[in-house]
Amino acid sequence: MNSQRQSPIYRSRLLQPGADRSPDTHPLTWRLRDDGQVVGLKEYESKEGYQAVSQVLNGRDPGAVIATMKEANVRGRGGAGFSAGVKWSLTLQGGDMPRGYIVCNADEMEPGTFKDRLLMEQQPHLLIEGMILAAFANNARYGYIFLRGEYVESARVLSAALAEAREAGWLGPDIAGSGFDFDIALHTGAGRYICGEETALLNSLEGHRANPRAKPPFPGQSGAWGKPTVVNNVETLCNVPAVMLRGADWYQELSGDRSEDGGTKLYGASGLVNRPGLWELPIGTTGREILELASGLRDDRQLKAWLPGGASTGFLLPEHLDLPLDFDTVGKEGSRLGTGLITVVTEDQSMVSLMRNLEEFFARESCGWCTPCREGLPWTVKLLLALERGEGEVGDIELLDKLAADCGPGLTFCAHAPGAAMPLETALRHFRHEFEQGVHYPKGKAHADPIPVGEV
Amino acid sequence: MMETTPTPQTITTDGFRLHPEDEAAMRAEAGHYEQPQAACIEALKIVQRRHGWVPDDAIPAIARVLGVGPASVEGVATFYSLIFRQPVGRHVILVCDSSSCFLTGFEQLREALSERLGIGFGETTADGRFTLLPVCCLGACDGGPALMIDDDVYGPVGAEDLADLLEGYS
Repeated sequence: MNSQRQSPIYRSRLLQPGADRSPDTHPLTWRLRDDGQVVGLKEYESKEGYQAVSQVLNGRDPGAVIATMKEANVRGRGGAGFSAGVKWSLTLQGGDMPRGYIVCNADEMEPGTFKDRLLMEQQPHLLIEGMILAAFANNARYGYIFLRGEYVESARVLSAALAEAREAGWLGPDIAGSGFDFDIALHTGAGRYICGEETALLNSLEGHRANPRAKPPFPGQSGAWGKPTVVNNVETLCNVPAVMLRGADWYQELSGDRSEDGGTKLYGASGLVNRPGLWELPIGTTGREILELASGLRDDRQLKAWLPGGASTGFLLPEHLDLPLDFDTVGKEGSRLGTGLITVVTEDQSMVSLMRNLEEFFARESCGWCTPCREGLPWTVKLLLALERGEGEVGDIELLDKLAADCGPGLTFCAHAPGAAMPLETALRHFRHEFEQGVHYPKGKAHADPIPVGEV
Repeated sequence: MMETTPTPQTITTDGFRLHPEDEAAMRAEAGHYEQPQAACIEALKIVQRRHGWVPDDAIPAIARVLGVGPASVEGVATFYSLIFRQPVGRHVILVCDSSSCFLTGFEQLREALSERLGIGFGETTADGRFTLLPVCCLGACDGGPALMIDDDVYGPVGAEDLADLLEGYS
């Protein structure tokens, strides 16, 4: 049979029409076109583009820029939520300190996250402008966009935009007649989730295996090639131009009474929702509001649990749907805001199978550097596989509890294993009965034969 | 019984000749960084673009261009999942196996692909047309289940889409 079905080519898209977006309320997305085509240099310039660079580089001093960022309290949108202004203020500069680097973390690989792709594929100049401003504030001499290798379309759009910006004089020597010089190179990776960890990213940028580095020294003290280095996420950097043009107070006000945090956030929803997608909303928007925008769950399914911001965040329950999704509120519930793109799990979906899938991911993506992560995560996979098949034995669940605790914060070299532990710990806490259903043997009886471990 | 000490293998580049254009591209890439080592991943990708994969003998050749040790290049080449160390098919299918796709039909998609192609993950079809691999979240979760064929991302992909989809890659 010859079908006329279109090939399902994937295109990144925002589900808010242009009429609903304005410069005063949607700093990240108001310029985006309804047809999804790239906002090129001319169009970007006609929509306030590079105005922040012209003004800041010719009028303000770096200290004032950092002060504004601190006041606006733009918290790291890669998921950690650390204040970008504070990070910048801790970056060494001045005296005989060599000029360092701005590195954009565009290694978007957190399962459930598809926001930075949109910004890079449709509005590359906003990121470039944000990086120039960050460079000016931190006296950086050069920038790198560390882009994951699979983002081929982003690479194509960014390369073209970098060339456009260089041609127009927004990159290179004497930017906007200010005497400040700065340029950016695109660096594409070759896979591995761990590259998103900021010190692993620096090792990868330098052409090494992406093992994280010990902190301190922090990148702001000694980063790429030992120079002071700022590593910021794509969305974080994309907030900078509007903060500079409209000010910290305006930015704070964007979230109204919803949250202590200011600004907007690219929120999203995926899983079995009717209308999976991405929206720019005030920080502090609730899970319920996002699910409404996503037109609810498919086929009248019921919500069982949700991850607020990627695989490394803890499971929340339907009762948490009215919480404002900001860093501190979600943190108090034993989870993290993470990237702010929620993944829904419906009543008919098995938590044990999902946990097995999540831990397979973390085990595979462990860099192998430290023991709890390298050995502990594959062990959780073995136990979860056994429980999933109904081949678990008494004590397996307690062992999972212990592994989750032993991979927790402070016990491993970086945040990878704690990121794997958080969904596991919360799943065991909220859905213990599902795991218990997989226990069918007395202690020491089920595992007489090695458990098949799969490709972990 | 006496164990015999194996003869140390000499690393040779005899079986591999770096294309002059590729060598120039590697040197140009190295110019973007304080240290040429930083161009290592890109150098491996340059070789892979020409040959489809990175043969062992390419390692010392890259090391020589970048002025670093072959062990260092080998360490990098074996770390990153998109550097292929054995021959792959003309087209590589990367199937996203992360959580959002898992919840929207990854396993059915993988089964349908395996059945259609007669191969599992890590394998290449007998005609050398396709290699099937899993991949970390493709950042296409609003289009899950998603997959990537060469440079193209598709999603959501149902089993019924596969015939037409694969047709486009000879």
